[in-house]
Amino acid sequence: MSDDNKFSTLSRRGFLKASAAGAAAGAAPMFFVKGANAYVNEPKGGSVTLGFNVPQTGAYADEGADELRAYKLAVKHLNGEGDGGMLNTMKPSSLKGNGVLGKKVAYVTGDTQTKSDAARASAKRMIEKDGALMITGGSSSGVAIAVQGLCQEAGVIFMAGLTHSNDTTGKDRRKHGFCHFFNTEMSGAALAPILEKEFGKDRTAYHLTADYTWGWSQEGSIKKYTEALGWKTKAAVRTPLGAGDFSQYITPVLNSGADVLVLNHYGKDMVNSLTQAVQFGLRDKQVNGKDFQIVVPLFSRLMAQGAGENIKGIYGSTNWNWSLSDEGSKAFVKSFGAEYGFPPSQAAHTCYVQTLLYANACELAGTFNPCGVIEALEGFNFDGMGNGPTEYRAGDHQCFKDVLVVRGNQNPTSQFDLLEVVEVTPRSKVEYSDTMLGGQLGSCNA
Amino acid sequence: MMKGLFKSNMAIMIVFTAVVLTAPIWLAPIGASYPDLLQKFAIFGVFAIGFNILFGLTGYLSFGHAAFLGIGSYTAVWSFKLLSMNVLPAIIFAVIVAGVFSLIIGFISLRRSGIYFSILTLAFAQMSYSLAYSVLTPITNGETGLQLTLKDPRVIDGMVGIPVTDSLPSTNFFGIAMSGYEGFYFCAVFLIIAFYVSLKIFRSPYGMKLRAIKSNQTRMKYTGFNTRPYLLSAFVISGMFAGLAGSLMAVTDPLAGAERMQWTASGEVVLMTILGGMGTLIGPLLGVGIIKYFENIFSALNDAALHEIYNFLPLGLENVMVAVSSPFVGDGWHLTLGALFMIVVIFLPGGIMEGFSKLSRVFGKSGHEATEDVVSESSSKTEGEK
Repeated sequence: MSDDNKFSTLSRRGFLKASAAGAAAGAAPMFFVKGANAYVNEPKGGSVTLGFNVPQTGAYADEGADELRAYKLAVKHLNGEGDGGMLNTMKPSSLKGNGVLGKKVAYVTGDTQTKSDAARASAKRMIEKDGALMITGGSSSGVAIAVQGLCQEAGVIFMAGLTHSNDTTGKDRRKHGFCHFFNTEMSGAALAPILEKEFGKDRTAYHLTADYTWGWSQEGSIKKYTEALGWKTKAAVRTPLGAGDFSQYITPVLNSGADVLVLNHYGKDMVNSLTQAVQFGLRDKQVNGKDFQIVVPLFSRLMAQGAGENIKGIYGSTNWNWSLSDEGSKAFVKSFGAEYGFPPSQAAHTCYVQTLLYANACELAGTFNPCGVIEALEGFNFDGMGNGPTEYRAGDHQCFKDVLVVRGNQNPTSQFDLLEVVEVTPRSKVEYSDTMLGGQLGSCNA
Repeated sequence: MMKGLFKSNMAIMIVFTAVVLTAPIWLAPIGASYPDLLQKFAIFGVFAIGFNILFGLTGYLSFGHAAFLGIGSYTAVWSFKLLSMNVLPAIIFAVIVAGVFSLIIGFISLRRSGIYFSILTLAFAQMSYSLAYSVLTPITNGETGLQLTLKDPRVIDGMVGIPVTDSLPSTNFFGIAMSGYEGFYFCAVFLIIAFYVSLKIFRSPYGMKLRAIKSNQTRMKYTGFNTRPYLLSAFVISGMFAGLAGSLMAVTDPLAGAERMQWTASGEVVLMTILGGMGTLIGPLLGVGIIKYFENIFSALNDAALHEIYNFLPLGLENVMVAVSSPFVGDGWHLTLGALFMIVVIFLPGGIMEGFSKLSRVFGKSGHEATEDVVSESSSKTEGEK
């Protein structure tokens, strides 16, 4: 029928092509000769390629765009262009502003689509086709964990972008993966004392949780620390990711007897659920003789912008905020602002810092060999990167640093001035043992 | 003469095999010749070929085939975790499990036809997705996706004495690692087998009956045919192809995630088939090539890469060209794909294959031959059957 005919019309052309290709097939073995490289993608020319794998489409595209801006800025600074940003404030630093180990930094980009498969395909392309030595980026824990596993197998370094789940450096930790962003455990430990101070010990919480690993991770951490204070947990209701309309979940909160609503949501989900909770008048209510309160454990400025007025006075935690006044933050905000005209988000900050840390580790190790780089990063102590003194812990490749507890600004002075820092919880208060979350790093693969 | 050549299955298979196995060479000039993308071409080729057996022949539009793809992946990864890193048991189990699931879902969904069938399959697929995403997290590891760990038992590997190291083992086919070009050639073999099976089905009395269901199921019933066994078997075959594709995804990259089962993934294979030409042997493969190429190569073009492409132009013109093209590449790749899809559907409802046959009518052929090519759809086939 039609099929065979259609097939044959194509194949007639294809046949000639194929026979030509067949003749060239003798050259095929060339493809299988692996270069005499000491490790994957050893840079031979005058440049070194980094792979920036960020969500350019989908729910986290805003964050991804900001991450990409930060990466481009970091590459500029590493190559000695622009004002140098945190290169000038980082201590100790081996970076000279002439690329990395004398090689100019080049980059390739990819779209994770916030899907593990797409992110891995994109990362593989960068490794296999473009010769990327290091992959970085991402705005979701699921993607970070998937790409981290891939980089371990492929033998390149993965510097995680925004990932807040405990699993990234917990049960799914990998020797080749490094995470600068904080996690839900630290959020819980940092938030609890402030919640106690502001709202007291006798509170009943109601959780709305995004129904996937990050949401559960956060719900678990917040429960653990608030219950230690003496809070009670009335209920923890799971909501599907990307629900859009949360009214059916918020209505029962009103009569549940709870007096605190904890929103374990991120991105658009958080914007929607918070907006609806406020519209339903939760914050004007009195329950058990106390003012009803809402807590959003993970805050970001991009989300705050989405939620508008509703964010005022709401407590949460964040990895970094552009309003910090230390040298590193000021230098970064200044050069980011000069380049793009607005302040960077916390996602941009963590990605920028990760790129610099990787470059610095290569300089320290004197090689791009991942095993050397891992050794240089493990246990690395640094300062001047916006979070105060920070350590890359060798045991789980998680950065330990102070955590910011923030509150939605009551009187913002600009459209970006949305979060005010209430407390800087010192590192010692949020630290935990590196065996607490389980998981094994495995060994270096090069 | 050439036409006679392609009546023979043997000749088609030789050409097809040669084209597939030399893909790393002829795809190199367009930047698509790297292992991961080649593997994706082959794997989604299997998926689309299987889907085409159902959709192309019977006209039943399933919107839930990604569920079988996902089930295949999960089964394969569990086989890696529990039994062995050898890919053979993984593939066998994946095809069987996907077959069982498609039998159940097909049995229920095929009670209806047309849009109701599509909606039923869509509902099943979304159900599988939600289950995998959250409810069945102990089995699927939820949003994070199922991955190998160092603590996995791997019973068979343990019995045959494969040493346990402190790095994750990789998937292998009796010692041949399944990554890189080896992985591609492994998948390519399955693509060729899948193509052969599809060719046999297309040119068999069984395929004929499936086509008859598409053209007029009622009439077929009146003549005394019970169509349901044919439909169900076509559904199960295509479900098993999807399971095979899913297991190959896990073979080349041992991870299974829930988003593989989302309706967008089911929609993708529909797009591939329609874009290439539904009901044709080669069409779905062309659709796979185009969509995967856009997703992997176009999405990665940034301004710097565009400047490189246009740097043969004078600087002013180069900047203009970059400014004009940049919305269509990088994060705008969906836009380009959407525009292409619209153009194809509006002007070439039969997909790219229709474009080819139109082209061949215009160029290099006498009018008589061309008419014969397009018009004699049924007559030439019946001759073949005799």
